[in-house]
Amino acid sequence: MIELRGITKYYSTGYVKTFVLRNVNLTIGEGEFVTVMGPSGAGKSTLLHILGMLDTPSEGEYFFDGQPVHAFTERQLTELHKHHIGFVFQSYHLIDDLTVTENLETPLLYKKIKGSERKALVAESLDRFHIVAKKDLFPNQLSGGQQQRVAIARALITKPRLILADEPTGNLNSKEGKEVMEMFAELNAAGTTIIQVTHSEQNAAYGRRTIRLLDGWVQP
Amino acid sequence: MLIQTKDLKKIYTTEEVETTALNNINLEIQEGEYVAIMGPSGCGKSTLLNIMGLIDNPTSGEYHFLDKDVAKYSERKRAGLRKSNIGFVFQSFNLIDELTVFENVELPLLYLGLSAGERKKRTNEVLEHMALMPRKNHFPQQLSGGQQQRVAVARAVVARPKLILADEPTGNLDSTHGEEVMNLLGELHENGTTIVMVTHSQAYAEYSQRIIYLFDGQVVSENVQTKFKL
Repeated sequence: MIELRGITKYYSTGYVKTFVLRNVNLTIGEGEFVTVMGPSGAGKSTLLHILGMLDTPSEGEYFFDGQPVHAFTERQLTELHKHHIGFVFQSYHLIDDLTVTENLETPLLYKKIKGSERKALVAESLDRFHIVAKKDLFPNQLSGGQQQRVAIARALITKPRLILADEPTGNLNSKEGKEVMEMFAELNAAGTTIIQVTHSEQNAAYGRRTIRLLDGWVQP
Repeated sequence: MLIQTKDLKKIYTTEEVETTALNNINLEIQEGEYVAIMGPSGCGKSTLLNIMGLIDNPTSGEYHFLDKDVAKYSERKRAGLRKSNIGFVFQSFNLIDELTVFENVELPLLYLGLSAGERKKRTNEVLEHMALMPRKNHFPQQLSGGQQQRVAVARAVVARPKLILADEPTGNLDSTHGEEVMNLLGELHENGTTIVMVTHSQAYAEYSQRIIYLFDGQVVSENVQTKFKL
């Protein structure tokens, strides 16, 4: 599904180049659950953003389903990102003046899906993430864990093939964090590819492979 | 009158404790005003803003919005009023990561049931005005904090609401971008939009015409800015 060849990312300030990623070579197959670990500043989030097509590498090649992403135009990247990738972040990014149901529905409004089918997808998602009772509430009426469940439900409602998660349990207590990880494990068992960035060894244990980054290098 | 509250109270009840977030708030805000709400953390500022924005309910008292007592409205009726009259700007931008800048800004228009052509026209107008056209196909995560808040302001105004509620709109921004957002709000006010803003910053509060100070859920003082006094 994913192949990175010689991916390098640097920022130039004046005559100085600051390297964030150095010659990263990586292959990730469909259905894998991969964890990326490393100290702050190792390049984890940058790698995730490049994988998610939100950022472009300075050098190197990125193939997604065999297609050369590095040669794509911005419009093509946007399309690919929207159709295949769901992002889960540490903070929730819900819209505070929309109810839980409305928040879930928003990504579907742009997919040319009929009203009745949208309703069905939202209902299914509310059910699956155990938030049916919260459907008419606003985000500020929910706990942190509930808000993150809604955010994850929204990221997944379009059924992306690849989930990229950047410290998804960072703002949650251990019980809520465990719930989120178990949800990921369930999705992965159903075939979704997952790449997560985490500091927690406990969360990493849910993945089947760990990639360690240090100063932008993948550690052997 | 745009907003009028009478003995507005908000009490949160957990198992053992009752917390009074708002205690007998009596306020009037006219159409076209620019009001800042200040006070320490936990004084009830955000709760008051949420009630004004119809995304929270008072425990008792009356809330009149556009001269209608909305405290007892059904959620559906409140949603209708909210979506056609109120735009929100939050500290944490509240953008949807899965949607592009254009789609994020267009969102409130979808809920108003406008035609695709009209939506596109209005969205492009606002993006143009906010100098966001080069960014319209980007995702929020590809933007700086200042740009994200510009997108959030664009979304708040695209449906041309009567009232903009801003909760610490500059809280996550550096001073340059903070000032930029304040200038945008100032411009909207000059064009007739009513603005109610919660802020910690005395400097930003002074962009408004009137500052309301809250303490422990009560209005402790009001201060009409000298530059606007008759």
